[in-house]
Amino acid sequence: MTMIPRKKPHLVMVGNGMAGMRTIDELLTRAPDRYDISVFGAEPHVNYNRIMLSSVLAGEKAVDDIVINPRDWYDARGISLYTNEAITGLDPSSRTLTSAQGRTVTYDTLLLATGSKPLVPPIPGLTLPGVCTFRDIHDVDQMIAASLTYQRAVVIGGGLLGLEAAWGLKRRGMDVAVVHLMPTLMERQLDQAAGELLQKDLDQRGIAFFTKGQTEAILGENRVEGVRLSDGREIPADLVVMAIGIRPEITLAKQAGLDANRGVVVGDDMRTTDPHIYAVGECAEHRGQCFGLVAPLWDMAKVCADRLAGIEGPLFAAPKLSTRLKITGIDVFSAGVLAAADESEDEITFSDAAAGIYKKLIIRDDKLVGTVLYGDATDGAWYFDLLCQGTDVSALRPTLIFGQTSLGSAPDPAQAIANLPDDAQICGCNGVSKGSVLACIRDKGLTTLDEVRAHSKASASCGSCTPQVQLLLSAALGLGSVVESVPSVCKCTESSHEAVRAAILEQGLKTMEAVRRAMGWKTADGCAKCRPALNYYLLCAWPGDYQDDSRSRFVNERVHANIQKDGTYSVVPRMWGGVTTAKELRAIADVADKYAIPTVKVTGGQRIDLLGVKKQDLPGVWADLNAAGMVSGHAYAKGLRTVKTCVGTEWCRFGTQDSTGLGIKLEKLMWGAWTPHKVKLGVSGCPRNCAESTIKDIGIICVEAGYDIMVGGNGGIELRGTEMLCRLNTEQEVLEYSSAFLQLYREEARYLDRTAHWLERVGIDYVKARILDDPAGRAALAERFEIAQSHVQSDPWAERTKGLDAHEFNTLTVVA
Amino acid sequence: MAFWLEIGKLTDIPACGARVVETPNGPVAIFRTGDDQLFAVADRCPHKQGPLSEGIVHGHQVTCPLHNWVIDLTTGEAVAPDRGQTACFAVKLEQDRVWLQRGDG
Repeated sequence: MTMIPRKKPHLVMVGNGMAGMRTIDELLTRAPDRYDISVFGAEPHVNYNRIMLSSVLAGEKAVDDIVINPRDWYDARGISLYTNEAITGLDPSSRTLTSAQGRTVTYDTLLLATGSKPLVPPIPGLTLPGVCTFRDIHDVDQMIAASLTYQRAVVIGGGLLGLEAAWGLKRRGMDVAVVHLMPTLMERQLDQAAGELLQKDLDQRGIAFFTKGQTEAILGENRVEGVRLSDGREIPADLVVMAIGIRPEITLAKQAGLDANRGVVVGDDMRTTDPHIYAVGECAEHRGQCFGLVAPLWDMAKVCADRLAGIEGPLFAAPKLSTRLKITGIDVFSAGVLAAADESEDEITFSDAAAGIYKKLIIRDDKLVGTVLYGDATDGAWYFDLLCQGTDVSALRPTLIFGQTSLGSAPDPAQAIANLPDDAQICGCNGVSKGSVLACIRDKGLTTLDEVRAHSKASASCGSCTPQVQLLLSAALGLGSVVESVPSVCKCTESSHEAVRAAILEQGLKTMEAVRRAMGWKTADGCAKCRPALNYYLLCAWPGDYQDDSRSRFVNERVHANIQKDGTYSVVPRMWGGVTTAKELRAIADVADKYAIPTVKVTGGQRIDLLGVKKQDLPGVWADLNAAGMVSGHAYAKGLRTVKTCVGTEWCRFGTQDSTGLGIKLEKLMWGAWTPHKVKLGVSGCPRNCAESTIKDIGIICVEAGYDIMVGGNGGIELRGTEMLCRLNTEQEVLEYSSAFLQLYREEARYLDRTAHWLERVGIDYVKARILDDPAGRAALAERFEIAQSHVQSDPWAERTKGLDAHEFNTLTVVA
Repeated sequence: MAFWLEIGKLTDIPACGARVVETPNGPVAIFRTGDDQLFAVADRCPHKQGPLSEGIVHGHQVTCPLHNWVIDLTTGEAVAPDRGQTACFAVKLEQDRVWLQRGDG
């Protein structure tokens, strides 16, 4: 081992996790050149956001999305990073470390940030394949892999970690059971009532619970087969996740003789009993307390960074803690004590079992000392602030339980946040206060939520504080309440979508340039936001007249296929009403073989997706599909996508009408239409609704008496059921009313509004007034739709196989 | 040694668009902006290697089709707050012919 002479003191960090790296980050902002820094991490990864592993497991984020410091971050700061290299030896007398690979390193200052290890009970069967913990990326990889092959998972532990693991595995399609030692879930953060509500909610989502369950053994021969509880119950399992808790990882500190109990003992300045060694994060024990939540770890990082930089900054004091559960759609918040300890403490509770809302406040000496919120946690931040500040709440007491909005002083959320003091915490994940968000917006001149996320880190982790951050941004920019402002098309203009659309018609503007000139655009050729919008508005206003601008279309609509993450494309031929034939299937199979298409998948819209097609192969693939009579399915378009149907009277014993036939008629009527956003239809043959019509933009439900037309549904990010438009008697009427509705949406919605967003804004009554109460208007809408369709119903694939836009599919040249 | 290589005609590249030149070091995107200026950058977004040549071109910038990063074509740098840079190459127009500088690695 050659020793490189160092000019600067050598700071070595053992551990490459969130608390340690935050300390290094903070240190570099204070004293960028003070140390040569080396970081040793036992995991093969760079520093990532461990809190978000549950989102990775649930499939909401990818591993790449949770990286905090990519490798070039370390490089740019001259930090030597050794991943996959655990430190196994520490000798404080010679200030030497030894790694598992046998490397020895000397330090001037050592920072221990070894985090925690999962707590595992001493039971038989732990080493069986299929048993894992829930702590790092490797664990999550194992769990995801198991979910692909196996069906039954048992999670041991019904605390925060265990429930997030259970929910993630459920989202991955597994049957999940949770074994929990205590009678109620999350008993450290929730009282009995809230714990029971949580169990009921999760039970309804299909997770089974075994409370008061003591795991005695994990069963299995070559792989885990089940779990046996001490009362004799056995639960079959193909995957067992141990999530009963964590324990500080202090092996190294103990071996080196540092004072350690549960964690490595540190003083208020984060120094251990050796003056050259600091410790931060979950491995540290401060005044008898170890921390597993992120907020205090950020405080430790700041204190430690000060000391490492030679600054006599503030000392560490354990902050009050609050908890939220990261399970989509379940709102849980708790802070402070969970129940009154004795007669000197009062409990105020609110319970609405039908609505699934429960709130409890614990008050001592006119001060809030604890809160548990279930089902509605909007006031969590406000209660937490009252609790931290020790505010006298005697005057608020009569309405305190109803939250901040019940107070005359706080009529709306914007006012509520304005009333918070500057040091109130907004983002719990990243420890960002209201004051720092505002300072960041002001000092850096930020104007968008993304900018605020990028610079202040507020709302950049779990996202649950996004509404508050948005309100702060609006307040700082003087925009007033966000909901009231009409958004401009983009940063190129102050004009709203509505103003632009009106001007196009009233002033007869027929080119994008004319619109930009008339409306005082600030840019010569717009931006990636306004160009597609203007192109659509012009196309909609002047059908057959306006020349579509392919350079203003997103790549998918330009090349008539969907770009994938690796730059290949997916191809979806249309299958009218979800009906196909042996001939079509044979042609699809032949195309997949001929072009070595790696993935063939059935879509949610009842058709077949060919994934991984190389761009230069697209015209060839299309030509072969065309030859078998198939055309573009527009799966790439802000336009009509699919009409999902069930089999209806033709086959189904419950069918009331020919739903398949009607679906095909609707699809033949509407295909090729460009719309503000994608449009999906469903036609169900009876109220059992097998075509899921009630989450479609237009959904038809056939009944004996006719057809119910439902509109504005959406199965996307935010689930929204349709609203009833009307009941009709004949197929012909269905076609007319549906075209009129679609045309109204085409003419009046903002670009990128789904029908759901638009309907939320204008209301169903407005749509009824235009479609039901005004027969002449309805007929005119349907006629305008028909005219528009006459100009677009030609297969874009056939046009391109004949040579249109050939430059899109060929390289310019190949050079050596 | 750097040298210039003729790669095609200006009209081969759509205005507010791009074409790709395959090189041994990977694809290079040749952009023609709305004001008929030419730019050449590596066809890989610094974020997740998206094909910049497929993006919407506005001003002297392109928006990556994968995650909407905006790249400044004059420097190859991502527009703040995103950070990253893609390689730039020299490109020139003589009469109606487009030339790309090659060599020097």
